[in-house]
Amino acid sequence: MKIIIVAGTPGSGKTAVLIHALRNLKERNIKSSVIKIDCLYTDDGKKFEKIGIPTKVGLSMDMCPDHYAIYNIEDMIEWADENNSEYLIVETAGLCHRCAPYTVNSLGICVIDATSGPNTPLKVGPFLSTADIAVITKGDMISQAEREIFRERILEVNPNCKVIEANGLSGQGCIELAQEIIKSKEVSLEEEQLRHSAPLAVCTLCVGETKVNKKHHRGILRRIDGFQTYEGE
Amino acid sequence: MIDKITIIGGYNKQGEKEPVEKVIIKKGEIFGVVGPTGSGKSSLIGDIEQLAQKDTFSKRKILVNNKKPSYDDRTNPRKKMVAQLSQNMNFLADMSVGDFLSLHAKCRGASSKCVDAVIKLANTLTGEPIKSDHELTILSGGQSRALMVADVAIISNSPIVLIDEIENAGIKKHDALKVLSGHGKIVMVVTHDPVLALMTDRRIVMKSGGMEKVVGTTPAEKSLSKKLNKIDEFMLSLRDKVRNGEVIEDIEMGDVGL
Repeated sequence: MKIIIVAGTPGSGKTAVLIHALRNLKERNIKSSVIKIDCLYTDDGKKFEKIGIPTKVGLSMDMCPDHYAIYNIEDMIEWADENNSEYLIVETAGLCHRCAPYTVNSLGICVIDATSGPNTPLKVGPFLSTADIAVITKGDMISQAEREIFRERILEVNPNCKVIEANGLSGQGCIELAQEIIKSKEVSLEEEQLRHSAPLAVCTLCVGETKVNKKHHRGILRRIDGFQTYEGE
Repeated sequence: MIDKITIIGGYNKQGEKEPVEKVIIKKGEIFGVVGPTGSGKSSLIGDIEQLAQKDTFSKRKILVNNKKPSYDDRTNPRKKMVAQLSQNMNFLADMSVGDFLSLHAKCRGASSKCVDAVIKLANTLTGEPIKSDHELTILSGGQSRALMVADVAIISNSPIVLIDEIENAGIKKHDALKVLSGHGKIVMVVTHDPVLALMTDRRIVMKSGGMEKVVGTTPAEKSLSKKLNKIDEFMLSLRDKVRNGEVIEDIEMGDVGL
């Protein structure tokens, strides 16, 4: 199975761009299956189904959606196999900018919105810096100079990625994206690893504490002055 | 070297083939794009900026010197053949004018020394002076427009220049057009303004998303353009008076200089 993992901030245009790219794959008689991961609600599944692509929605509810995507990947591959698909596309929810759900041999695609300002590429962390492809959307809403600066900022964070300027409305750039998807490698899960570790999450909040006051918190806590402390036995 | 670009027609908003099948624009030509609002002028300019390959709404195809440009030619700013002055100048960038310009100069492979030259040129086009340490977000409409004109002229110094509606800018439009249309460039101007439209060599007329026809500027139109220019300069001088709080109670047609 060839695995494509798509990350990006909410509203950046992941689904819109993917729909154009997957339609192009379909025209080439390439079979793909889509898993859409979100937290509480999504109707993106229907959009993929509309263009005739087998789609499954996974809602992580109170779990971190990226963690949920990672430990469910085996089941996803199984399901894509049943559909006789060559390609499994996983669209993640992309919320906290701390995780990068890409595995070493999958194709990692980061979708990023150009109207979010030229400092955004510096803020989003590993889902951009470890991506193979950065897809810039909504570039038609800003000036050429701003667009070029945005692109440069992406390359500062991830000098080796391929940058694709795409438009989720018109489909511009999505054929290039489809061609990159076709080039992706076969992945075997046996030895497969994440490119970037998932975050350290070992405090009382992780297990359901709702009280705010400092005295209720145990575990590894990073203080606002930069010190990291361990509270507890 | 770019000798010509070819626009191969696609489809209009109704999905019908556009009446003009092919337009060739040669080096040194100034081309106008005219038509009512919503007729697809900005989309045509957008197609050329991206050197579209049937991958936009219109399905137009743009050739450079009869050849299809490579994906890198289309997107790498260091290789970019097209400079565009668009209507979208939101300046979402939270930085100073100087930082923005030196960052853009770096993108285009230009020297950071040109930052001062850009600001100096911009200040010849607008009434309110721009300073290097001004935040982009506080610039007025006229200031940001002037800054982008100077940026396109100096930093994005490309053989093809696209200008989207310079007349709404609150800047000296003739000076701006002169600054942008350097020697031997291909220039396309989107305009509603008869003064600018008659300054071009030919103009594409847009209608409901498609290229309807191409009109050549006649010799009579060229000489009329000079008259219109004088009227326009007169209007500008009146505008300055109003701006500066003066009272205008009468004008003499002799003042127009026709």
